[in-house]
Amino acid sequence: MTVILNQSFTGVSIGAVLLLIALGLTLTFGQMGVINMAHGEFIMAGAYTTYVLQKSISGAGLSLLVALPLAFLVAGAMGALLEWLLIRRLYTRPLDTLLVTWGVSLMLQQLARDIFGAPNVQTAAPDLLTGNISVAGTTLANNRLFILGLALLCVLGLTLILRLTPLGRRIRAVVQNRDLAEVSGIATERVDRTTFFIGSGLAGVAGVALTLVGPIGPTMGTNYIVDAFLVVVVGGIGRLKGSIITAFALGVLQSVLEYSTTVSVAKVIVLVAIVAFLQWRPQGLYTLRTRSLA
Amino acid sequence: MTTTTSPAKTTTSVAQPSASLLERFRVPGAFFLGAVLLLGIAPIVLSDFRLNLLAKYLCYAIVAVGVSLAWGRGGLMVLGQGVFFGLGGYAMAMHLKLADAAATGQTLPDFMQLYGTGDVLPWWWKPFANPAFALAMTVLLPMAVAALLGFFVFRRRVKGAYFAILSQALAAALAIWLVGQQATTGGTNGLTDIQGFFGYDLNDPVNQRTVYFIIAAVLLLLMAAARQLFVSRYGELLIAVRDSEERVRFLGYNPANVKLVAYVVAAGMAGLAGALFVPAVGIISPALIGIVPSIGFVIGAAVGGRASLVGAVLGAVAVAWTQSTLSDAYPAAWTYLQGLLFVVAVGFLPGGLASLVTVLRKRRIPTRTTGETA
Repeated sequence: MTVILNQSFTGVSIGAVLLLIALGLTLTFGQMGVINMAHGEFIMAGAYTTYVLQKSISGAGLSLLVALPLAFLVAGAMGALLEWLLIRRLYTRPLDTLLVTWGVSLMLQQLARDIFGAPNVQTAAPDLLTGNISVAGTTLANNRLFILGLALLCVLGLTLILRLTPLGRRIRAVVQNRDLAEVSGIATERVDRTTFFIGSGLAGVAGVALTLVGPIGPTMGTNYIVDAFLVVVVGGIGRLKGSIITAFALGVLQSVLEYSTTVSVAKVIVLVAIVAFLQWRPQGLYTLRTRSLA
Repeated sequence: MTTTTSPAKTTTSVAQPSASLLERFRVPGAFFLGAVLLLGIAPIVLSDFRLNLLAKYLCYAIVAVGVSLAWGRGGLMVLGQGVFFGLGGYAMAMHLKLADAAATGQTLPDFMQLYGTGDVLPWWWKPFANPAFALAMTVLLPMAVAALLGFFVFRRRVKGAYFAILSQALAAALAIWLVGQQATTGGTNGLTDIQGFFGYDLNDPVNQRTVYFIIAAVLLLLMAAARQLFVSRYGELLIAVRDSEERVRFLGYNPANVKLVAYVVAAGMAGLAGALFVPAVGIISPALIGIVPSIGFVIGAAVGGRASLVGAVLGAVAVAWTQSTLSDAYPAAWTYLQGLLFVVAVGFLPGGLASLVTVLRKRRIPTRTTGETA
C-alpha cells in the first residue's frame, strides 16, 4: 500500500513538472500551431535566473520568491522577442518553425555554455523546502509539494486570465477562429505576442521549479521538451483541461512503469501507449470543435 | 512563348530541338558527371583519410535522399530518421561483431564478456550470425518499424506537427532503450571496434577504399531510383498530398497509403545508410541516433534544398563537412553556425540553396513569377 502511494506521489510530482512546462506550450502551440523547440531554453533561462539571483541575494528563500516573477519576465521577454523576430514571419509555414526554433535553441544553449560554463551548477534550496512530510505512512518531499502547488497555482492563474479578463477573451477568440477574430477588430498580432509572452514566461517559472529537483545546465531544457510536447499532443491543443489530465496521467504511468520495469523500457511503453491512444482520439483528449477538415 | 516577329520565330524553331536535346540529356548528364566525380576523381585526388571521411558524409547523403522524398516531396517532417539509421547500423554491427568474435574463436562479442552477462548469446542476436539475414534486416527492420508506426499514425490522419513530435519521441525512446540495455547492446558506448567486413580486414586501406566505392555506388543508385520515383505518377501524387491532402482524398486516393510508402522508403534508405556507416566509421552508438542527430539528418536537406534531390545530397555532405572541419577546432563557433543554418535556411530560404538561383532570377524579372508556383 505504501509502495503504491509513494509511486503515485512520485508520478504526481513528475506530472506537476510536466504540467508546468506543458502549460506554456499549450498556449503557444494552441494559439498559432507553432512548435517552439526553444521552449526548453526558456526553462533554462528561468533556472539560470534563479542561479544568478541566489548569487546576488543571500537567503535561498527570498531569492526563490524574487526569482519566480523575474524568471517569468526574463523568459517571457525572450519569447516575445523570438515571436517578433522570427515566428511571426513563419505563420504560413507552422511546421518549419519547429526547425527554426530548434536552431534558436542550439544558439541559446551555446550562449549559456559561454556565459555560465558547460558544467552543471546547483542552487541551494530554502530550508523550508528540504524536508519531508509524512502523511499516512508515505513521505512527501517538501520541494515536490511546492512544485505541485506552484503548478496548480499557475493553472488557476491562467484559467482566471483566460476566462475573466478581456485579454483572455481575445486569446480564446484567436485560438478558436483567427480570421473571425481579426474581422471582429481584434489585433491578432498583438494578441499573438502577448500569448507568446505568457507562454514563454510560464516556461521560466517551470525553470525556477526545476532548480529545486535537479541541476541547472545548458541542456536541461532538451531533457523535458519532448515529453512536454507529448503532453500537448495527447491532451489536445488549445485546451488546458486536456494538458492537465494528460500531464498527471503520463507522470503516474511513467512512475508506475519505472517501478515495475526499468526507466528505458518505461519510456518505450509510454510512447507505444501514446500512439495507441491517438488511434482512439487522433486529435487528443479534448479538442476544439471546428468545422475545418482535419 | 509564341513570338510575333518572323526572325524571332525562326530562331526559336531552330533553337527548339537543341534545347529539348539539352533538356533530355540534362539529368543523365548530371548523373554521369556525379558518377565520374565520386567514383573516378575523388578516390584519386583524396588521401585515404579524406576518402574515409567522404564515405561517412555520403552515408548522411543517403539518408538525405530519403528525407528529400518524405519531407521535401511528401511534406512529412521526419525528425526520427536516426531510428532507422540506427536500426540498420545496429543490424550490420551485430553481424560484424559476431563475425569478429567467431574469427578469434569466441562465441560472444567482446563487450558481452566484459559486462558479464554469462556465456549465452541473447536469442535475438543469434540470427544475425547469418550474413544474408543481417543484410536483409538492415533494410527490412527499419522499413517494418516505419510501416508499423506510419500505418497507425497516417490511418488516423495524425499529421503535421503531431507526426513530427511522434517521430522525434521515437528517436528519443530508441536511444534511451539502447543505453539502458548495456549488457546486450553495449549501452552508451554502442557497438565499437569493428575489425572485419565480411571476411575483409577493415584496417587495410585497400578495403576501406572498397567500402567507399560501395557507399558511393549505393548513393548513386538510390539517387537514380529516387529520381525515377519523383517523376513517376506516384511522385506527382506525393506532391499533391503534401500541398492539399483533402483534395487528393476527394479525388478518390487514400493519402495515408501515399504517405506511408514515402515514409517506409525513406526509412529503408536511412537503414541502408546506417548499415554502410558501420564499416566506414567502425562504430554505431546511441549518440548517433537520438533526437539531436535525427534533426541533424534533416538540416542538410534543408540547407541544400529539401525538394531537390541533388540539393539535399550536396547540402548533407556540405553540412557534415563543415561540422567535422569546425567542430574540433571551434566547437562553440560550430554550434552557433549550426543554429544559424537552421534559422536562415529554413526560415528565409525554404527551398534551400538549390532555390537561390530561381529566387534571384525571379527578383530580377518580376513578371516571370506569375503562375510559376511549384
